[in-house]
Amino acid sequence: MRNIKYLFAGLLFGIVLVKSEVISWFRVQEMFRLQSFHMYGIIGSAIAVGMISVLIIKRFKIKTLSGEPIVIPDKKFNWGNVYGGLIFGLGWAITGACPGPLFAQIGSGFLVTSVTLLSAILGTWVYGLVREKLPQ
Amino acid sequence: MDLITHPWPWYVAGPLIGLVVPALLILGNKTFGISSSLRHICAACIPANISFFKYDWKKESWNLFFVAGIVLGGFTAAQFLSANHPVNITAQTHTLLKQQGVKDFNGLLPKDIFSFDQLLTLRGFIFMVIGGFLVGFGTRYAGGCTSGHAIMGISNLQWPSLVATCCFMAGGFIMTWFILPYLLHL
Repeated sequence: MRNIKYLFAGLLFGIVLVKSEVISWFRVQEMFRLQSFHMYGIIGSAIAVGMISVLIIKRFKIKTLSGEPIVIPDKKFNWGNVYGGLIFGLGWAITGACPGPLFAQIGSGFLVTSVTLLSAILGTWVYGLVREKLPQ
Repeated sequence: MDLITHPWPWYVAGPLIGLVVPALLILGNKTFGISSSLRHICAACIPANISFFKYDWKKESWNLFFVAGIVLGGFTAAQFLSANHPVNITAQTHTLLKQQGVKDFNGLLPKDIFSFDQLLTLRGFIFMVIGGFLVGFGTRYAGGCTSGHAIMGISNLQWPSLVATCCFMAGGFIMTWFILPYLLHL
C-alpha cells in the first residue's frame, strides 16, 4: 500500500503529459522538424526545474519523508548510451512517443498504442536476450 | 474551467514535469525514469532465464504503480479535462505532413496511421510495431529514456545522460528528415 503514492504521482504526471500535448504524434513531428518551440520549451524548463530542485536537495541535505538521506546514483558512460540513444530516437520519431507518453496515450483512449507498448516490451526483452553480444 | 480544458502552455507543463524529480526523491528516494518499467514487466512476466531479468523486480514495483498512474492520468485528462480540439500545430508542419500523406488531423494522433485496421498494413505495422520495438530496445540499450536521461540525468549533471539525450535527438532528426517521408508514403 505504501506504493499508492507513486500511483498518485503518476496520475498527475499523466494529466500533464496529455494537457500539454506531449503525447501527441503531431507535436513530436513539429519538434523534430524544428518548426515549433513547444516541446523544447517543455523539456528545457522541466530540466531547469529538475536541476534547481536537485541542487536545493543537495545543498540543504533534504531527506525523504521517512527521514532517509536522498541518494541519486551516478550514470556511468557506455557506448550503449550512443547506439541505444540513436535507436530510441529513430523509434521516438516514428511512434511519436517515448515510454511515458505511451502509457498516457493508452489511458487517453488510443487503445491501439497498447500494441506499440507490447512491442516496446518485446524490444526490451530482446535487448536482454542479446545484450552480451552488443558493444557496450 | 477554460484554463483547464485548453491545452496547457509549455511554461506551465514543463516546470510541473520538472517537479516530478524532487517529488519522487522526497516520496521515497526514487529516481525519475519510465523505461525501467518495461524491464520490470519483462522480469515479472517473461524472465525466460535471461540474466538481465533475474533480479528482485518487486523491490522496484513503485515504478509499475507510477506507470499505472500515468495510464489513469491519461484517462482522467482525456475524459474530464479536455475539450477535444485538434492539436494546434504550426501551419508549416501541417502543410508538410499533409503533403507527405497524413490525412487525419483531428486527434492527438493521426487515426489514418494509428488504428487497429491499419495494424496489418505495411505502414501501420512499421509505425506501431517496429516503432515500438525500437523504443523498447533503444531505451534499455541507452540505459534510459527522455525522463531518466534527459530530465533526471541532466538535472543531476550526469554527462552520459547528456550524450544519450543528444543521440535521442540525432536519431529523431535522422528519422524525421530522411526516412519518415518515405514511410508515410507507403
